[in-house]
Amino acid sequence: MLVANGLECLRGERRLFRDLGFELEPGMLLEVQGANGSGKTSLLRMLCGLLAPTAGEILWNGADIGSLGEAYRGELAYLGHQNAIKDDLTAVENLLVSETLAEAAVTRASAREALARLGLRGHEELPTRVLSQGQKRRAALARLLFRERCRLWVLDEPFVALDAQAVRDVAGIIAGQLGGGGIVIFTTHQEVPVEAPRRVALRLGR
Amino acid sequence: MSAPAPLAAFACVLRRDLLLALRRRSDLATTLFFFVIVVSLFPLGVGPEANLLRTMAPGVVWVAALLASMLALGRLFAGDYADGTLEQLVLAPHPLGLLVGAKVAAHWLVTGLPLVVLAPLLGLAFDLGPRALGVLALTLLLGTPTLGLVGAIGAALTLGLRGAGALLSLLVLPLYIPVLIFGAGAVEAVANGLGPGAHLSVLGALLALAVFFAPWAAAVALRISLE
Amino acid sequence: MNLFYYAAPHTFYPLAGTMARVFYALAVVLGAIGLYIGFFVAPTDAQQGEGYRIIFIHVPTAWMSMFLYVVMAFWAAVGLAFNTRLSAMMAQAIAPTGAWMTFLALWTGALWGKPMWGTWWVWDARLTSELILLFLYLGFMALQAAIDDPRRADRAGAVLAIVGVVNVPIIYFSVQWWNTLHQGASVSLTRSPSMATTMLWGMLVMALAFWMYCLGATLTRVRAIILERERRSDWARDLARGAKAGREAAA
Repeated sequence: MLVANGLECLRGERRLFRDLGFELEPGMLLEVQGANGSGKTSLLRMLCGLLAPTAGEILWNGADIGSLGEAYRGELAYLGHQNAIKDDLTAVENLLVSETLAEAAVTRASAREALARLGLRGHEELPTRVLSQGQKRRAALARLLFRERCRLWVLDEPFVALDAQAVRDVAGIIAGQLGGGGIVIFTTHQEVPVEAPRRVALRLGR
Repeated sequence: MSAPAPLAAFACVLRRDLLLALRRRSDLATTLFFFVIVVSLFPLGVGPEANLLRTMAPGVVWVAALLASMLALGRLFAGDYADGTLEQLVLAPHPLGLLVGAKVAAHWLVTGLPLVVLAPLLGLAFDLGPRALGVLALTLLLGTPTLGLVGAIGAALTLGLRGAGALLSLLVLPLYIPVLIFGAGAVEAVANGLGPGAHLSVLGALLALAVFFAPWAAAVALRISLE
Repeated sequence: MNLFYYAAPHTFYPLAGTMARVFYALAVVLGAIGLYIGFFVAPTDAQQGEGYRIIFIHVPTAWMSMFLYVVMAFWAAVGLAFNTRLSAMMAQAIAPTGAWMTFLALWTGALWGKPMWGTWWVWDARLTSELILLFLYLGFMALQAAIDDPRRADRAGAVLAIVGVVNVPIIYFSVQWWNTLHQGASVSLTRSPSMATTMLWGMLVMALAFWMYCLGATLTRVRAIILERERRSDWARDLARGAKAGREAAA
C-alpha cells in the first residue's frame, strides 16, 4: 500500500504543489493529470525516491521509502520521461541489461518475445538509434513485461508517441497488472481506455 | 546465472559500458591522442636537450596522464544522464556505489589502461632507462584508477551544469596532487638510483582508500545531481 | 530554552546581527593590542631584522585559513546529514572568508619571501599546501555558484567540502614528502630559535583578532544569504518594508 502525506514540491522559487496526499491500495490506478509544468513528473520522481519532497512523507506498507532503500526499489518499476535506452545497443541488448539489473529472469529468447509482443518483431537486433520515437518508446515499455512481480509501477507519459495499436497493447498490460493486484500510477495527456475497476484521478495545478 | 546478485549487477554494468565503448571507438582514441600530443609538446616548449628532458620526463608524463584522465571524465556519466539510463541505475535494487564502481572500472579499462601501455613508449622518447620505464608503467597502473575514482565524484557533482568541463578541472585537479607527487616521485627516485618501494606503497594505499570511499561519495553526489 | 529556536533562519537573522557587531568590536580592540605588541613591544629579530614582523599577519591568517576549512566542512556535513538549512548557509558564508584568509597568508608569505630569499615565491611545503587550499576554496565557491537550485548547491557543496577535508591531510602529507625529497627552501617563520615570548603573545592576540573578524564577517554574510533566500517570506518582506519606511521618515 502506498501512502503520500502532505507532499510539497518546490522547484527553485516556484511551489508546484503543497499538502498533497493520497492512499493507494493493491489493484488501484492513479492517473495524474495537469498542465505542462504543473509538477506531474516531479511528483512521479518523488514517488520513486529520486526527488526528496520539501515537506511531507511517502510510505510503502507503512515504512518511509527513504529508509526502505533497495527493498523499495525492488518493488518498483519506473518508466521516465526519457526512454532510458542506449542508442548504440540493440533493443534486445537494452532489455537484457535493464532486466538483469532489475533482477528479473531474462534471457535472449524471452527478451525477443517481449519485444515482439510490443510490435517490434524484426527490429530486435537493430541499434535503437535507427528506430522511430514510437518504436523506442515500445522498446522501453517492453521492460514492464518482466516486472509483474513489482508491486508498484510508476509511468511518466507511457502512451506518448505510440500509435493506436500500441496504446491498446500497453493499456492491456496495465490492466493485467492491476488485475494481479499491482498499483499503477501514470501521467497522460490523452484519453486512454485502461480498464481499471478502481481508478483515482489527481489533478495538479489550478 | 548463479552469480550472487550484486556481482551479477556489477558485471552487467561493466559489460554494458565496455560494449558501448567498443561501439564508439573514436571516443577512446581522442583521449589517447590528447595524452600523446601533450607529452610531445614539452620538448618543443623547452628544447631538445636530452638531460633536461630526462629529468622532466616523469613529471611530464604524469601531468599529461592527469589531464587526459580528467578530460575523459566528462563522458563518465553524461551519456547515461542524457538518455535517462542513469535514473534506472539509481533505481536498480542494488547499492548505487557498486554500480558506480562498475562504471569507473569500465571507464578505466578503456581510458586509463591504454595510457599505462603507451606511457613507456613515450618515456623512451625522453631517454628514460628500462628500469625507470617499468616503474613509470607501474605507477600509472596503480595511480590512474585512483584518478578515475576520485574524478567520478567531481563528474557526479558537475553533472548537467553549464561549463561543467572547466568546473570539473577546478574541483578535481587539486585532489589529484598526491597521486601526481607519488607517481612522478617513484620514477624520479629510480632515475636517481633509489628504490621506488615507499612511493609505490603510498600509491597503493591511496588506491585502496579511493576504492573504499570514492564510489559511495560519487553515489551520494549522483543522487544529489539527479534531483 | 529551546536550543533549536535559533536554528530557524528568521530567528537567527537578528541574533547574527548583534553577534556580528560584538565580534567586529572585539576584532578591532584585539587587533589594536596585537599590532601594538607586534610593532612596539616585540624585539627586533637578531637574524631576520624588522621584516619578520609580518608573521603577526601571516601566521594568524594561515591558521584561520585551515581552521575555517574544517569549520566549513563541519557545517556542510551537518547540513547534509540533518537537512538543516542554516548549517548549509553557514558553510556557504564561511567559504569567501576562508579563501580571503588563504589569500592573505599567501600574499604575506610572498612579501616575507622577497627580503629573506630574494624571490617572491618559493615552492616551500607550507606555501604550496596553502596554494592548494586556495584552489579547494575556489572550487567549492565555483561549484555552488554554478548550481542554480539552492538545495542542490548546498548538498553538492557539502559533498565536495567533505571530500576536500578528508583530502587535506593527504595533500599536506604528500606536499611535505615532496618538499623534503627535493630539499626545497623552507620558510619556517615560527621555528626561529630566538622566538621571544612577546612575539608569541603578539601572534596569539592577533590570531584571536582574526578569529573575531572571521566570525563577524561570516555572520554578516550569512545574514545576506538568509535575506536573499527568504526574500519571498513574510518576515523578510516586513523587514524590507520597515527599512523603506525608515528611509522615508529620515528623508
